[in-house]
Amino acid sequence: MARYVLFHIVKCAVLLLAVSFLCFALVNASPIDPVQANLGQAAYINMSPEKRADLAAYWGVDAPLWESYANWLGGAMQGDWGTSLRYNAPVLQVIAERTVNTLMLMAIAWVVSGLLGFVLGIAAALHRGGWLDRIIKGYCYLLAATPTFWLAMIFLLCFSVLIPLFPIGFSLPIGVASSEATLLDALHHLALPAITLSLVGVANIALHTREKTIDVLESDYVRFARMRGMRPAEALRNGCWRNLLLPALTLQFASISEIFGGSVLVEEVFSYPGLGQAAVTAALGGDVALLAGIAVISAVLVFGGNLAANILYGVIDPRIRRGEGLHDESGRGDIAGIGGIRPSRRLGGRQFADRGEVIGRG
Amino acid sequence: MTDLQDIRSSSARVMQAHDAKDVHGAHDAHDHHHHRHASNPVHTHGHHLLQVEDLSVGFRMYDPAEPFFAAKQELVNVIDHLSIAVHEREIVALVGPSGAGKSLLADAIMACYEPNVQVEGRIWFDGELQDAKSLAALAGGAIAMVPQSVASLNPLVKVGRQVQGGLSHSTYRTRDTHGARQPGKRKKHEKQGKREEHARLAQRQQELFARYGLAPSVADLYPHELSGGMARRVLLCCALIGNPRLIVADEPTPGLDEAAALRVLEDFRAFADGGGGVLLITHDIELALRVADRIAVFHDKTIVEETSVASFASPEHLQHPFSRALWHALPEHGFSAAGE
Repeated sequence: MARYVLFHIVKCAVLLLAVSFLCFALVNASPIDPVQANLGQAAYINMSPEKRADLAAYWGVDAPLWESYANWLGGAMQGDWGTSLRYNAPVLQVIAERTVNTLMLMAIAWVVSGLLGFVLGIAAALHRGGWLDRIIKGYCYLLAATPTFWLAMIFLLCFSVLIPLFPIGFSLPIGVASSEATLLDALHHLALPAITLSLVGVANIALHTREKTIDVLESDYVRFARMRGMRPAEALRNGCWRNLLLPALTLQFASISEIFGGSVLVEEVFSYPGLGQAAVTAALGGDVALLAGIAVISAVLVFGGNLAANILYGVIDPRIRRGEGLHDESGRGDIAGIGGIRPSRRLGGRQFADRGEVIGRG
Repeated sequence: MTDLQDIRSSSARVMQAHDAKDVHGAHDAHDHHHHRHASNPVHTHGHHLLQVEDLSVGFRMYDPAEPFFAAKQELVNVIDHLSIAVHEREIVALVGPSGAGKSLLADAIMACYEPNVQVEGRIWFDGELQDAKSLAALAGGAIAMVPQSVASLNPLVKVGRQVQGGLSHSTYRTRDTHGARQPGKRKKHEKQGKREEHARLAQRQQELFARYGLAPSVADLYPHELSGGMARRVLLCCALIGNPRLIVADEPTPGLDEAAALRVLEDFRAFADGGGGVLLITHDIELALRVADRIAVFHDKTIVEETSVASFASPEHLQHPFSRALWHALPEHGFSAAGE
């Protein structure tokens, strides 16, 4: 148990180091001059070369990659994640303000697309070849082929401009202080980005669930259940649906990264002040501290999602929870709560087949 | 025949039948509905428990010899005009090579059809002509299937609950005296009925486990925790929970050692002796000869000969060349591949 926890802590730490270093390396390699990008054209032109050099030195623009990364890392270890050039505020504060917005958006999209996709996938599989299946499949193919930002613009055009049901952007009404805005205002602004993100997420999950459901419906145990007088839908309701849970969980937790990626685009289109929008701003402004901070947060989010899926496997699948065979009185049962690693290795390709089917979408 | 280590010797009734066969010879038995009888079973109600006539099972598929787009759909028969009958109190073994399509007969009887399959023919159960719908209604009740392996159990549900079946959990239906299901009306007191049905099934499951030597704790195991022999008995309990009159067993013995396989077959024997009928589908003719009353030889898409086990005492009693070839291929007759 201790080994398992330690292993994952180390794994997570290595991942975060790699991600943050990559951020620094990329920003270092990019041609954007932070001084120019953050001052604006007029101010930059009117500024004396000495002043520019001062600012560059103050922001550490010319510092070598290793030095700036070591500086940042040393500070981050002590809780100081640096100061955002673009927002002129501590990185942690900027992230904290925006994380709430983004997490709300992502949570709604994640839950809605997961549930809707799961239900639609099963419905399509149960009516395979029928009109319902065709409609669901057509809808999914259409959406899967649709760029997120394009759909966001179409929705903006349809439901904010032509039919003004929703505001055209931002997280709060224009000209209203955040302290005066109501929860209803916030939800009203959240709605359209969340709907866009959910609908795009549905396609992937529904299509995968449909395939998995068809596999289950063609399995020996559903066949046997049918021979025992159950209809396929009854067999699913009566315990066979559990076999859909493992792949669905993998998919659902793996889709966190996808939804995060989608949220960047959606937030950009809707001018929604979330992490995604901040990440774009940071990258375009050479704001390496903010970018690294956002990258670390999102890596933690995705890593946490995958870890949660791993642990849930152990909770759900008795083959993992209770080991294989009858002879596990001898302490093999102790691996109970630990979930994943060993058992999935023991199950060989099968478990990995279940887990390896997530197809990413950029 | 009598010196064969025959598990039927436990049954006095069958012993008598045996002696009778040995005296008269099975070839004396009269031809009857495409098959010759063993001497012991009788038509209790004047008809067979199960009778299948002229059954053809075919798959619609594209002609592989044609170019891709020009290929036309054609019907490829895997079973062609097959007839077989099972009486009460008897085990009929359908014997044939693996992969020849024997299992499709089981699928046809259990009304479990693949999307591109076409099934033609007549199936009577207990004297009544059936169609796909009525067969589906009988499945799991009066006709029960014993599948080949533990893969037929849901890996994520405990064995006890699976034996009890899903009927009490999601759909509550009343069963009439013949075991056929009838759509129950959804009523207010259905919940109460559901609970009673559940309790009844749980009790029946415990009885079955006790009868087949499964500890009560087995009910809490998952399928992957069962040994091969335990799994077969659990599968048998799945079939017996609905009080069937006919069991269709599809290859119930592969993967078992001889002792365990014989135990499984003894269970079928006991079921038949209790008044039921068993259609045993197997590629293992030696085991079939030990337990069955009659043997149906499956060859080239159909049953070429349906005869009593006693006929296998000597090749002269066998009519079809393939049956005789089978006889010669038996270990005690020297494994010879060629006939006569």
